[in-house]
Amino acid sequence: MSTPERQLAVSGVTMRFAGLVALDDVSLSLKRGEVLGVIGPNGSGKSTLVNVISGVLAPTSGTVVIDGHDVTAVAPPIISRHGVARSFQTVRLFRRLSVRDNVAGVVRKAKRPVDQIVDEWLERLGILHLADRLAGDLAYGLQRRVEIARALATGPGYLLLDEPAAGLNDTESADLERVIRSIAEDRELDCGVLIIDHDMRLITSLCDRLQVLFNGKTIAEGIPSDVRNDPAVVEAYLGTRPSPAKG
Amino acid sequence: MTVELLVQQLINALSLGSIYALLALGLAVVYSVLGLLNFAYGEIITIAGYCMFFLVSGGMDFWYAAIFGVIAAIATSLLIQLVAFRPLRGAPANAVIFASFAVSIIIKALISNVISPRPRGIPVPSWVDGVIQLGSFRLPILALITIAIAVVAMVALTWALHYSTPGLAIRAAAEDFTVTRLMGAPAGRLILLAFVLSGILAGIAGVLWIARTGSVSPAMGFTPLLQSFIAIVLGGLGNLRGAVIGGFALAFIEVALQVLLPTAVVPFTAALTLVAVVVILYFRPQGFSKLAQERVA
Repeated sequence: MSTPERQLAVSGVTMRFAGLVALDDVSLSLKRGEVLGVIGPNGSGKSTLVNVISGVLAPTSGTVVIDGHDVTAVAPPIISRHGVARSFQTVRLFRRLSVRDNVAGVVRKAKRPVDQIVDEWLERLGILHLADRLAGDLAYGLQRRVEIARALATGPGYLLLDEPAAGLNDTESADLERVIRSIAEDRELDCGVLIIDHDMRLITSLCDRLQVLFNGKTIAEGIPSDVRNDPAVVEAYLGTRPSPAKG
Repeated sequence: MTVELLVQQLINALSLGSIYALLALGLAVVYSVLGLLNFAYGEIITIAGYCMFFLVSGGMDFWYAAIFGVIAAIATSLLIQLVAFRPLRGAPANAVIFASFAVSIIIKALISNVISPRPRGIPVPSWVDGVIQLGSFRLPILALITIAIAVVAMVALTWALHYSTPGLAIRAAAEDFTVTRLMGAPAGRLILLAFVLSGILAGIAGVLWIARTGSVSPAMGFTPLLQSFIAIVLGGLGNLRGAVIGGFALAFIEVALQVLLPTAVVPFTAALTLVAVVVILYFRPQGFSKLAQERVA
């Protein structure tokens, strides 16, 4: 199958860990400017998927193709250079570095001064006034923003957010939603966003499409309103319903 | 104790501490990036020493030879990374640690067999051993040179780490190497840079060490390795500032014991220094660094 250009395409990825199948023949595609949500209960393979795409894990089988380049099992720095940036389920900042240095450290060769680029991202995420603070000293919600600013400063075509709303309160979560939407809608950035989260409200309001993982398999995909009412999804989230097939 | 004696011992401790701090920084910079200790670190100093020995024996001035000693140290550090660390990337930590031990043993054996197992003297210019008489204070010239060189080296390192792009990358990698790679930093180049820095620091410390001892021997790298290891454990593993603090702390303990202990016990200074280190670590298992504690928690 020929892959159209300018998209992140995961095809038939299976990831086995010593007897456990974390991902079972999972495929997905993410276009530039699109927001794709991947949901599913704990242990359904969501984070494993992000780890496979970003090169932390080499899949047992299947391929990851970015803008037509096969990057399956390629080292993380190279995948990053192909335009994939990510955040982490538990924030992983350079805690003893200033907010500015956290972001400046990832900026690649640019025509403009690094400081200017950093300032713009910090401004955009509303944390410019915290530029000189140590990242580890900030409140958790603010650390999330630094992490997203850092990911964006790598100049990604695809941004992978692993539970960006985890640990945030409602206000912070709403702010985050605004930021993510502005990123996806920014034509100049031309960036696709993949969000993993449990927060159904956030996910349904942000995402163009949803894909549901359960036990490492895709059990549903489509627009949020359809997916929410899909019987398989309801079952995965709420447990087995009495049905003739299962007794 | 007179004020004069106190000042003299203080300078003594500062100068020894400067060497330990540089040594510890060199070991810590690789540890902070890779999370692995380079047990062939002492041999960087050994090779720098022998390089100087040959050049000085051939008639070169000690301080010119020192420059080549530092260059030899950088080359050795890179060689260690090429032979012991690079082929084993991704291998279990034990494998890499054993590989670095192996390199250490091979270098020692090569020097003993090819050159000589016996120590060789390096003539250090005699003015270095002089003292500057300042009123009633007698200040040893070598100690002052040592402190000055170490301060310049540490200021330069701090500046480079804080105000250069590769320096920032090293600091980021020291915090979280995995994330640094995920954000696109080329790991290979960062590791190489860490080994170059390690070589420079070991080289400078080695030159100062040799100026102090005036000799080289195949096993001369052991004490510097041991002292820098103790210093970085004291300072909190993987913490560069901690390495400096640990280096100075170790020197102060050592000098204080030498001065304060009765003459009969002085031969046991090294052992008692280790006892003091154990006591410190008993009460502060994370070493002196507050931030290192935070990281463990």
